[in-house]
Amino acid sequence: MTEKDNAKAYWKENIRYVLILLAIWFLVSFAAGILFKEELNSIKIGGFKLGFWFAQQGSMYVFVVLIFVYVRLMNKLDKKYGYDA
Amino acid sequence: MMHSLLVEGFGVQNWTYVLVGITFTLYIGIAIWARAGSTNEFYVAGGGVSPLANGMATAADWMSAASFISMAGIISFDGYDGAVYLMGWTGGYVLLALLLAPYLRKFGKFTVPDFIGDRYYSNTARLVGVICALIVSFTYVAGQMRGVGLVFSRFLEVDINTGVVIGMVIVLFYAVLGGMKGITYTQVAQYCVLIFAFMVPAIFISIQMTGNPIPQLGFGSQLADGSGTYLLDKLDGLSTDLGFNQYTEGSKSTIDVFAITLALMVGTAGLPHVIVRFFTVKKVKDARKSAGLALLLIVILYTAAPAVAVFARTNMIETVSNQPYANMPEWFKKWETTGLIVFNDKNNDGIINYVANETNNELVVDKDIMVLANPEIAQLPDWVIALVAAGALAAALSTAAGLLLVISASVSHDLIKKMINPNISEKGELIAARLAAVVAVCVAGYFGINPPGFVAATVALAFGLAAASFFPAIILGIFYKKMNKEGAIAGMVVGILSMLFYMTKFKFGWFGGGTKANWWFGISPEGFGTVAMIINFIVSLVIMKFTPEPPQNVQDIVEHIRIPSGAGKATH
Repeated sequence: MTEKDNAKAYWKENIRYVLILLAIWFLVSFAAGILFKEELNSIKIGGFKLGFWFAQQGSMYVFVVLIFVYVRLMNKLDKKYGYDA
Repeated sequence: MMHSLLVEGFGVQNWTYVLVGITFTLYIGIAIWARAGSTNEFYVAGGGVSPLANGMATAADWMSAASFISMAGIISFDGYDGAVYLMGWTGGYVLLALLLAPYLRKFGKFTVPDFIGDRYYSNTARLVGVICALIVSFTYVAGQMRGVGLVFSRFLEVDINTGVVIGMVIVLFYAVLGGMKGITYTQVAQYCVLIFAFMVPAIFISIQMTGNPIPQLGFGSQLADGSGTYLLDKLDGLSTDLGFNQYTEGSKSTIDVFAITLALMVGTAGLPHVIVRFFTVKKVKDARKSAGLALLLIVILYTAAPAVAVFARTNMIETVSNQPYANMPEWFKKWETTGLIVFNDKNNDGIINYVANETNNELVVDKDIMVLANPEIAQLPDWVIALVAAGALAAALSTAAGLLLVISASVSHDLIKKMINPNISEKGELIAARLAAVVAVCVAGYFGINPPGFVAATVALAFGLAAASFFPAIILGIFYKKMNKEGAIAGMVVGILSMLFYMTKFKFGWFGGGTKANWWFGISPEGFGTVAMIINFIVSLVIMKFTPEPPQNVQDIVEHIRIPSGAGKATH
């Protein structure tokens, strides 16, 4: 595989990771916290209505996890394609 | 004196002098230790900052007086709707970490206009970038200075203008001397101060009200009084009794909540003073990790803020609603003298009637005082109240310093070095950078003392502008090799202008003005950054189709920045 193909394959995998993670990013904030908030609010966990909880707590926890998952995935990917130098 | 000391203890004011004095000495000490000797150190701290230090510095840089003082207050009045700030100002970091930071670090320049100018091989693009960076940063910094003045005037009982001047001198000292290097390490210290100052009262009050020491869980728990009632249910009840919306429901339309949240996220990812922090780490890998750490450190405060909002709202309603004015505690009277609490006994019965209905309501409480007054309302010890003052100052000063650096770098590097006099020596550029910082502090101080009426309105404008201009240009610059200068410039200009048009139309009544009923698609000016961003993307892509593609060497640069290895030191 030439250097150019290598770079291309690396980029393709990177984009796939990014799209998956951004889909989750959208789901927890815009979907759970805003668009489907009313539906989720009928579920209660402790004193929290679930839609309200996603909007003011849950989405933020997931954001942090998403970035660290991305860091791990990319560190592995860098190694796989020899870009970790 | 001796007598009063014995009776009242050490006192809030003395505690404030002590804590503010200690923290300020610390910041100045760090600035002297970490002063900058080269432009590289001045702009990007020499590029050798560790991911954790950079994460802490980014968190302090990002969390301004607005996050520390205003946000929980806004949430406590807006209830559910406050989520736009919580999700908006944290979700942007996901975009930053996944889409921007690693590539901009690899690109290896000093400033955001630097990237725009080089990627789009055009000084026109660079100039548009400089103008946007200046507008965004000045808007912000004026608000920070105001925050400093507010804290000084309330807790040290000096004149608000004197407070602004003291803040100016401190920031001037360490920003001018230390540049990015000095700022980075003072911000690390400021993060520690502000997070401690925010969390201590939150934990105290959470235990007091619910028995749960973790505020993030506490506001979803049952009350500590053994009644078995959940705190949020109680607050929903109190709110509806007084004629307000249910706390957990809010009143904005779904489309507007959606648009504002997205505009704030995208605006966050496009803010120059945040982006530039990722130029200070060593490797691309560090830039990703550092974004994660920054968000983790921010989220500690951001998840506690809605809890503080609920505690403060509940406590406030219980303290004032239907109570005789004569029985109000000391903090109430003190805030009245600052004009941030106003009681107008319309029916002359001496009882505070606090309701949603504006004709009957007798009490106006400024949202900005909720966090500052919260420990007093909950009757926490004096040192905790003083700690909050020190934390608020740390938040305001750290952000102000970061913004001043963006302003000075835009002038000395992007304008002078890159456009006006490319032959300037490194020493000359460093002097120019320091002079620009001095001028910027004075301008910021002026706006802090004479705040233009539109400061509050323009903070939203700053996010909208960043969303409408930088974000699409940077994203397309990285992810779309064929994006050319014609497309990017047209996109940025049209994006900014449409944002400015909408804001001035609905905020200042220009272009015929208009009310809520006239909003396009029901989207408020705060949320219009989302629409302007989409306009930018469309214009860029359409113009690109009809203009020549970028030169091969630029396309090669794009391929190069997509690969993480071999990120050198940031250069000219």
